[in-house]
Amino acid sequence: MHLDHSHDGPAPVSADAHRPDGRRRALRVGLGGPVGSGKTATVAALCRALRDQLSIAVVTNDIYTREDAAFLLRNAVLPPERIQAVETGACPHTAIRDDISANLEAVEDLEDTVGPLDLILVESGGDNLTATFSKGLVDAQIFVIDVAGGDDIPRKGGPGVTTADLLVVNKTDLAPYVGSDLARMAGDAKEQRGELPVVFQSLRSDEGVARVAGWVREQLAAWAA
Amino acid sequence: MSRAALLVLADGRFPAGGHAHSGGAEAAVKAGRIRTAADLAEFCRGRLHTAGLTAAALAAAAAAGLDPLLLDEAADARTPSPALRATARKLGRQMMRAARATWPSAELDALAAARPRGAHQPVVLGLAARAASLGPEDAAHCVAYEAVSGPATAVVRLLGLDPFDATGVLARLAPELDAVARRAAVAAAEAVVEGAAVLPAASAPLLDVMAEAHAAWPVRLFAS
Amino acid sequence: MGGLTLGARGVRATARIVATPEGLPVLEGEGPLALRRTRARGPYHRVTVVGAMSAPLGGDRIAVEAEVRDGARLHVDSAAATIALPGRDGERAHYDVRLTVGADAELRWLPEQLISAAGSDLAMRTRIDLAPGARLVYREEQVLGRHGEQPGTLATRLTVYRAGRPLLDQELAYGPGASGGWDGAAVLGGHRAAGQLLVVGPEFTDRPAEPRMLGDNAVLTPLAGPALLVTAVAPDARLLRHVLDDALRSHLTTR
Repeated sequence: MHLDHSHDGPAPVSADAHRPDGRRRALRVGLGGPVGSGKTATVAALCRALRDQLSIAVVTNDIYTREDAAFLLRNAVLPPERIQAVETGACPHTAIRDDISANLEAVEDLEDTVGPLDLILVESGGDNLTATFSKGLVDAQIFVIDVAGGDDIPRKGGPGVTTADLLVVNKTDLAPYVGSDLARMAGDAKEQRGELPVVFQSLRSDEGVARVAGWVREQLAAWAA
Repeated sequence: MSRAALLVLADGRFPAGGHAHSGGAEAAVKAGRIRTAADLAEFCRGRLHTAGLTAAALAAAAAAGLDPLLLDEAADARTPSPALRATARKLGRQMMRAARATWPSAELDALAAARPRGAHQPVVLGLAARAASLGPEDAAHCVAYEAVSGPATAVVRLLGLDPFDATGVLARLAPELDAVARRAAVAAAEAVVEGAAVLPAASAPLLDVMAEAHAAWPVRLFAS
Repeated sequence: MGGLTLGARGVRATARIVATPEGLPVLEGEGPLALRRTRARGPYHRVTVVGAMSAPLGGDRIAVEAEVRDGARLHVDSAAATIALPGRDGERAHYDVRLTVGADAELRWLPEQLISAAGSDLAMRTRIDLAPGARLVYREEQVLGRHGEQPGTLATRLTVYRAGRPLLDQELAYGPGASGGWDGAAVLGGHRAAGQLLVVGPEFTDRPAEPRMLGDNAVLTPLAGPALLVTAVAPDARLLRHVLDDALRSHLTTR
């Protein structure tokens, strides 16, 4: 009679490492960073690099709903059923940090509908340097900045730059044009992050997203161990 | 009851997804029907006495111990817009997650098992209030306040409305919020004896119409 | 049958219709509610409610009951709009409609508008009980005030049960006696006519209607059960009817 709900098992309460059926859930990797730094392009490149070996899905958190999801769909990096958009009410950092309920729903729905999954990439909406993911939502997070946003960003620090499990400095091919000093950025990042890894990448180069993809594979190996 | 538990449940930062919803305000702003603090006040007042009252009474009835599945059915009958039913169930599922983590209870578990895609949010909130040892009128207060605080917060973001004006709107609605919560609790007490059919079913045509229009927008800031 | 009572507190009157596949064994008007058997529409028995008085006045309690028994088809309309008018002592009037539709039966309930005149106070209650296989086409329209007039106070409740389970329950309240905000951006937004068209039928069980905007101020939605509802507001009665008529026509022709 009622058309709006179906009946299956109860949802887990929190970001448990296991699904209700006892299987281990997918590794969740968050990608955050300022507007225009290349988060969505990195997600797209990661999907292309990893999709043949891994079962992947993506959750996007847009400022305006569905824009980033639409980009991924247009570029056909994954089948549409593997991409879910979370609507964030003009506050993308709230949805990945303070109130993660909608994102948890999205990752669980993806596991239910297209699982079993190895990896779920959770992309934040473009936000400021303080936006980080809740540990209740992701197992590891990547913070993406770019050389054109100013080469002083690593020096300024902030939770994203300082604490992310991987810092990606994107668009290195633009450095000569915008006057960014890559060596200085690397030094500042080292100062802020200690031993935490940093990758300088240009998605236009032959190497592309390979080192970030390699880092994701390492996380996955540790998660599955 | 614990007044502090009520504050936890009513807190806008309670992680149950409300921040992404405007309660119809985004559509009303786009249609030019909300431009000023006075428009916001009339919008909130209308929402409070219609959808707000109906939801508050459902929550109060759940807190009073009525069968949540019957209340969920009653909520469906009171929600002709499929966009608003989907929103209510989505928020109900998010509320369920937060409530089970915060105030674990067998009744919440049972409803989560019966409605894995989410029951209507006020019903879940009522059960959560019950699990937190709050009463029906407390649950009604929470829902009634949510019915107006969501739009007020959203309009601050959408119009750049002075946040002091928006908060003033909420403060001036306080006597009506109290009255709606009391009415909802009285109806819930009647429903314990006579069944869910006696609960209020106050509705607002424009909220229903605009909810469907909003759901079809390709680009929007709020989920509803 | 109660008989017309003219008490100190206004009219008490109930009109009754019973339809079977063969005919209309009960057709009893009373007081302000006269019933006329009118020319049948296809397989439908047809009854027209003729407003013999400008009822309901404040203090009146009037009711219409229609029972469409298994397999019967009934079309009910009205000769003119119903106008709620103030009584002498400002008392509220009550108008109850009780409709029952049996298995494989169909009711088309398509009256003219209900107009809430300045100073009036009317509570209208409609309760519809549908058997599992019953079909219903039901329209209601509320117009706030006669032309250029302030609205009266109007409260309506439409409750529909199908197979004993709630299908639709809606209360509307407008005018000076209603709770605040009724004319604001959430409820009417300055519109002076509001209406609903409800269509219930077993065909929606497998194929629910798709939600669809009907212009800026009306929408067609599938209910959680096998039914669709058109919800509309408009500046006036004529524009409202236009929207509901379009929806009704498109439903009746696609079926």
